[in-house]
Amino acid sequence: MTGDVAVSAAATGGCHIFSGCGYPAPGLQNFDFRPLFTIGSWGFTKPELIAVLCGVIVVGFFSVAFAKPRLIPGKTQSLGELAVLAVRDQIVRPVLGKKGDSYLQFIVPLFFFIFMMNLMELIPLFQFPVMSRIGFVWPLVFGVYILYWYLGFKSKGFIGYFKSWIPPGVPWPIVIFGLLGLVEILKYTIFQPFTLGVRLFGNMFAGHLLLTIFMVATWYLTSLSVGLLYAAGSVFMVLFVFLLESLVSLLQAFIFSTLTATYIADSLEHGH
Amino acid sequence: MTLPIAAEAAQNPLLPNWDEFIIGTVVFLIVFGLLGKLLLPRITKTLAEREDAIEGGINRAENAQKEAADLREQYRAQLAEAAREASRQREAAREEGAQIVAEMREQAQAEARRIVDAAQAQIAAERQQALQSLRAEVGSLATELASRIVGESLADTARQGRMIDRFLAEIDNGTGTAASTSAPAGSGR
Repeated sequence: MTGDVAVSAAATGGCHIFSGCGYPAPGLQNFDFRPLFTIGSWGFTKPELIAVLCGVIVVGFFSVAFAKPRLIPGKTQSLGELAVLAVRDQIVRPVLGKKGDSYLQFIVPLFFFIFMMNLMELIPLFQFPVMSRIGFVWPLVFGVYILYWYLGFKSKGFIGYFKSWIPPGVPWPIVIFGLLGLVEILKYTIFQPFTLGVRLFGNMFAGHLLLTIFMVATWYLTSLSVGLLYAAGSVFMVLFVFLLESLVSLLQAFIFSTLTATYIADSLEHGH
Repeated sequence: MTLPIAAEAAQNPLLPNWDEFIIGTVVFLIVFGLLGKLLLPRITKTLAEREDAIEGGINRAENAQKEAADLREQYRAQLAEAAREASRQREAAREEGAQIVAEMREQAQAEARRIVDAAQAQIAAERQQALQSLRAEVGSLATELASRIVGESLADTARQGRMIDRFLAEIDNGTGTAASTSAPAGSGR
């Protein structure tokens, strides 16, 4: 199911080591998919399908869990509560305190949506982290961006928010000529959203590439020769990276959510 | 979207494929809308309610316990008070009884003493009286008898006998008066 036709053909075909066939190295082409089907000019690709599926799974699970919440929870509700409370106690409260509870409704969907999308990297048949397609990352970053600007204006006023970017007590000459002002402005307008998105994208992209490389390598190295030994090593790496990626999937969702909470806190906080 | 454009987008992985951008936006908005706006408020409310119920229950239990303790203390105090009261009353009754008995005894003793005293006084008085009258009478009687005996002794024995009889009869009849009236006369003679 790995993307590009050439690589797929090479990888699934009889291209093995010592057969005069070069290693069909995975690359950017592995992240591009042919449309599964097209509606008019719209080509519906595998990442899009997985994204929709993730949305359905997340909404589906929480619908079942919280459709009719009861004081004494059933099994599914307990699990859902566990999930929500984990986000509340591990992500929102450490950063925002109790007043952050009202932002749960943004951060909980964010966390589980990202987590599910990342997890798709490891689930057989899907095996693609949707967040390695930056087209799915930017909307989330955009949402966070709008939210923290909005909260900044709301809690500090239009001018006040811009003022709060500059650390108080710093003399104006330094702010202007020491480029502090420029750095701060760039931080809020470009660096924060950019790093937020690219961090998630980069991790998932690299993870998928790693997995693909070792999987393809395993197949490529498999031949009735010393290559079998290499293949065994490659299989070990696949397992190792698999475990690593299961951690990274969770971690990146966690980091994205925590940073979102931090930016929100930054916008709400008075006096830097 | 056709393959060439996708391949073109692959040149710079930081630029979004706009199809995906739209799909991503829509899906996330749906997830956020349903989860954040519909489901999470419900569970937040439920959690708050549960916390409230648990805390309320704990508070209620605490109150009930406190109330029970208060009541028990109150009952204990009342019981102690009642016991104290009872013992006090018993003591009072005993004292009263003892007092009554003592009073009665004293009264009875006083009465008895009074009666004895009165009787003794009467006896003494009567004795005194008897003694006095006897002394007076015996003296006069003896004197009279002696004078008569002496005065008429020489007459005769018959006359003497008569006189003694008469004298005795006088005593029997008029007691001492006739004798006493006659005695001075007799003695004067």
